Amino acid sequence: MSEPRFAPGAQVTVATRRPACHHRAPAYIKGHTGTVERLCGIFGNPETLAHGGDGRPPQPLYRVRFAARELWGPRAERDGDTVEVEIYEHWLEAAS
Amino acid sequence: MSGGHEHGHDHDHPHPFQPDDDAGGLTEHMALVAAVRELLIEGGIYSAEDERRAIERMDARSPAAGARMVARAWVDPAYRERLLADGAAAARELGVEVGPTRLIVVADTAETKNVIVCTLCSCYPRWVLGLPPAWYKARAYRARVVVEPRAVLAEFGTQLPDGMAVRVHDSTADMRYMVLPARPEGTQDWDEEALAAIVSRDCMIGVALPRADAKAA
Amino acid sequence: MSAEPIGPHDLGGAPAGPIDAHEHAVAHWEKQVDAMMTLLSERGHLKVDELRRGIETLGADAYERLSYYERWAQSMTTILLEKGIVTPEAIPAKVAEIKARQP
Repeated sequence: MSEPRFAPGAQVTVATRRPACHHRAPAYIKGHTGTVERLCGIFGNPETLAHGGDGRPPQPLYRVRFAARELWGPRAERDGDTVEVEIYEHWLEAAS
Repeated sequence: MSGGHEHGHDHDHPHPFQPDDDAGGLTEHMALVAAVRELLIEGGIYSAEDERRAIERMDARSPAAGARMVARAWVDPAYRERLLADGAAAARELGVEVGPTRLIVVADTAETKNVIVCTLCSCYPRWVLGLPPAWYKARAYRARVVVEPRAVLAEFGTQLPDGMAVRVHDSTADMRYMVLPARPEGTQDWDEEALAAIVSRDCMIGVALPRADAKAA
Repeated sequence: MSAEPIGPHDLGGAPAGPIDAHEHAVAHWEKQVDAMMTLLSERGHLKVDELRRGIETLGADAYERLSYYERWAQSMTTILLEKGIVTPEAIPAKVAEIKARQP
């Protein structure tokens, strides 16, 4: 496993793919850009763990902070509200 | 039974929890659970005694543990720092067993109110709060709190001051969350025990605020 | 919502009504389900990710219709069958035995 790619403060975008396997990236964050709040640690990948696999290679897990306005547009209640979600590294790309 | 859903019991409406009264007979799922449980016990996977102990441990966990942690953080700034740095270690420091839990404690401030949810299932800091309430596991809370937290909090009778931002924490993976609410006004002279008594489960989920006048409740 | 939900469990932002904040006691059989998950997980027979996968693949209709611990029971049974820890023949036989024991 490689070193974690992202440091706190990095701007990251969540992939939009929808694999058939179990995965833990909810639809409401897919395609959206947020800021890495912290690295939570390195954990087994649920996408294989859920299907009898061993979770290897393990994945860095980040907390990513999104502006509610970025996620929900006009549905968000207020500017300044945020949502934080745990996301495994292979779901993230550096924001362009 | 291989994932079949064609069981014949009389669900005529969606419901997120079992009715409280389970004396009304054996549902198909209760029979399935009883069967699988007996097969596992007969197969030596675990014993009835293992199960009894597991349920005993489950029943022993309650929001009182989290409330003790919050109260200590309110009176001891150094403990507060440790709690925010490593929630699990800070829990163990007070004799609260947390098993393998990775606990992130998020602190409310004058500017930010924190709320926890698990939109994908029902991840919950059960070692420090006990089993989650039914509403935490149900559709309405999981669907709505990430979009309209103020509206959801208002349904719990919680009004936030103007200008306070809301931060919703969706526990999608390996971490668990607990809210460290702000210490309310009017509690300056209180001891830890009195403080812990106003820290409810809902305060640590983030849908309620501790109140000095809730002491008797 | 921009992306298609992963499955019926992917609820963030989905349409939903008011919160029903009534408290509900957890029944003993539900605690047995919870304990089953804990014990199987501690002994390395079943992972929480597998439990989740089993719940997510129940289908939208069953996901909506079943109660929380009914979903767990269904999922755990599926995974235990997959792994051969229980057999498809043993379950209906045991269910019949249990029903026959009912007063």
